[in-house]
Amino acid sequence: MYLVFSLIMFFIGGSMAMIIRAELFQPGLQFVDPQFYNSMVTVHALVMIFGAVMPAGVGLANWMIPIMIGAPDMALPRMNNMSFWIMPFAFALLLSTLFMDGGGPAGGWTMYPPLVLQTGKAFPFLIFAVHFLGISSIMGAINIIATVFNMRAPGMTLMRMPLFVWTWVITAFLLIASLPVLAGAVTMLLTDKYFGTSFFSAAGGGDPVLFQHIFWFFGHPEVYILALPAFGIISQIIPTFARKPLFGYASMVYATASIAILSFFVWAHHMFTVGLPINGELFFMYATMLIAVPTGVKVFNWIATMWKGAMTFEAPMLFALAFVVLFTIGGFSGLMLGITPVDFQYHDTYFVVAHFHYVLLTGAIFALMASAYYWLPKWTGNMYDEKLGKIHFWASAISANVLFFPQHFLGLAGMPRRIPDYSVQFADFNMISSLGGFAYGISQLLFVYIVVKCVLGGKKATGQVWDGARGLEWTLSSPPPYHSFSKPPKVTKALMEY
Amino acid sequence: MASKDIYFVPELSKWPIVASLVLFTSFIGGAMMLNQSPNGKYVLLLGILGIIYMFFGWFSNVISESLAGYYNKQVDVSFRMGMGWFILSEVMFFAAFFGALFYARVLSVPWLGGEGHGVVTHEFLWPAFKASWPMAVMPNPANFTQHKETIPAFGVPALNTLILLTSGATVTLAHWALKKGQRLQLSAWLAATVALGAVFVYFQAGEYHHAYSELSLKLSSGIYGSTFFMLTGFHGFHVTMGAVMLAVILFRSIKGHFTKSDHFAFEAVAWYWHFVDVVWLGLFIFVYWL
Repeated sequence: MYLVFSLIMFFIGGSMAMIIRAELFQPGLQFVDPQFYNSMVTVHALVMIFGAVMPAGVGLANWMIPIMIGAPDMALPRMNNMSFWIMPFAFALLLSTLFMDGGGPAGGWTMYPPLVLQTGKAFPFLIFAVHFLGISSIMGAINIIATVFNMRAPGMTLMRMPLFVWTWVITAFLLIASLPVLAGAVTMLLTDKYFGTSFFSAAGGGDPVLFQHIFWFFGHPEVYILALPAFGIISQIIPTFARKPLFGYASMVYATASIAILSFFVWAHHMFTVGLPINGELFFMYATMLIAVPTGVKVFNWIATMWKGAMTFEAPMLFALAFVVLFTIGGFSGLMLGITPVDFQYHDTYFVVAHFHYVLLTGAIFALMASAYYWLPKWTGNMYDEKLGKIHFWASAISANVLFFPQHFLGLAGMPRRIPDYSVQFADFNMISSLGGFAYGISQLLFVYIVVKCVLGGKKATGQVWDGARGLEWTLSSPPPYHSFSKPPKVTKALMEY
Repeated sequence: MASKDIYFVPELSKWPIVASLVLFTSFIGGAMMLNQSPNGKYVLLLGILGIIYMFFGWFSNVISESLAGYYNKQVDVSFRMGMGWFILSEVMFFAAFFGALFYARVLSVPWLGGEGHGVVTHEFLWPAFKASWPMAVMPNPANFTQHKETIPAFGVPALNTLILLTSGATVTLAHWALKKGQRLQLSAWLAATVALGAVFVYFQAGEYHHAYSELSLKLSSGIYGSTFFMLTGFHGFHVTMGAVMLAVILFRSIKGHFTKSDHFAFEAVAWYWHFVDVVWLGLFIFVYWL
């Protein structure tokens, strides 16, 4: 259900992106007015982050973690159920704002004051939607931690857990520690607007920059909340199709934990241009550079896993390989942005847009696509159409690069983000980018067709599905029985490894 | 361990979807009220009544399952972890407000007063502003309520500290009594804890009244008023919730629930109570005292 919901949200958010790219197809204002454009940019981000990528990750966690650790269901099933049911209600709150007086929220998903305080009737709905989604995610996270620490089958020691489970436990810690902070930040926004507090008003002794500190204290861990489950997925898929155990399992676990811990000490690299004291800029620059170390460990481990492996290239593996390459590009542009003096140049340009779309679209979304192909046969009992899957992959991979690669150049040339119009020298690259965007949007419809076709029928899948796959989920039939393990299975070392 | 062989999977429940629905209703009501819509308060009221109904229904469901002995050791551990991590998330929520307080005290107010790299800010914005804490005069007094003075630490706040610390002790005494099976002491100490909680909230409300009516210290009294009321206000709300939860536990223990070895609900509420206690110590030190 989570997964279906997030797919719907993916298309709602995606259609907003289509509106954005249509507007940016040519210079000048063609289709929408600037206010509506800005609210599209804002809501696109909120929908994609909170509506598509996070629920998809939580959905995978709810489905796969119990199976992977040999449990019947999550530890606290009712709470889990509630954290799902909140989603549609919360998005009803958020999306309803688009039809209100004064339009939807248009101050960017980061909701910086004082701009966001000028939002019309939509404002309290925006804030409460964020609160609501926070409640949902915290409950989901608590549940995942309780499940993993309490429901493992005998023999499933912590260091035998599949990496997908590991990355999700660490993500859950990030959620619990960071989302309440966001709730606090938006509560202060609410009281600043309606109850006369002055947290973010210098006239009363507060500081608008304070919001940015609190927001990014949540916001940077949030980035890893989106990315770490993707790392986990990739760490499951690459060994399967390389037919080798994951290289450096323990170092992967430690790298994930290091990324998570470091993510709490780098928030101000989103704010280099707000006028921080020089010591702050230096500290956050060095801390940001440090994150590249564990991330590099991960990338090298994935590559070392493939080294001399007997590789085959089915759709999940193709997406995983594209992830490794394209996420690394996103990582490198992130390093560039993390260097303070360089960031002064790139800040709030399309370079940033290109960076985070490489990390989130060709990163997180590609990993989710890979996971969908990887586990679809397990979920439905039918094989998906491999040929169509490959077409979907190539269409997505090529169009995503056509879409976002030119944006690097636009940003370096100085095109600012979040503006519906631009000067004519940016026209060519914007047109290429928009064409890539439309192609990407259309090619995702193929994915829906493949999934529906797979659910309805197809070649029967065996329990094992992929001949290189290891782990508990492949010992069950496809599809697995309701409440997969009613008795704990016995886990041995041999079952988990080669 | 025999209980480990068979997992407990509860039957399907309507409560999660009801909970989402009533929360949704409350949020809509709240948002309508903030938008000055005349019907907002009715929607909010409906939502809050729904929330109370939901808590009542959901927990009586859980309690009856617990009394029927459905829950094994493993479920108990899951509940414990759930409560523990929930409290951590609450800690982080308060951390956001403490963060705002420290930022204002250490950075933004001194900067506005011209310290460090705030020289230019000070010169161009409000050259007359003098940094102090508690902030005596707003940088731009026009939009804010000027307070006469702030609440001193060693008066009612110190008394409240004593009350809360005592209540932390009484709830522990109640726990010891429960473990020894002394039911009467259990109820007595619990009742004492609830009473202390109520007295705390009463004093706190009195302080608020005093601040608003006599000191004209309000939410709109600049960053001092904002951090003061938001921190103590959220804390007061948590104490109220904690006291209500303790009252439910008291009621259940009078009805004869809980055994010497199996009383997770009691412990969960006790943890929560200690949590609000610790938050108060932070408040007392950093908001009132220093």
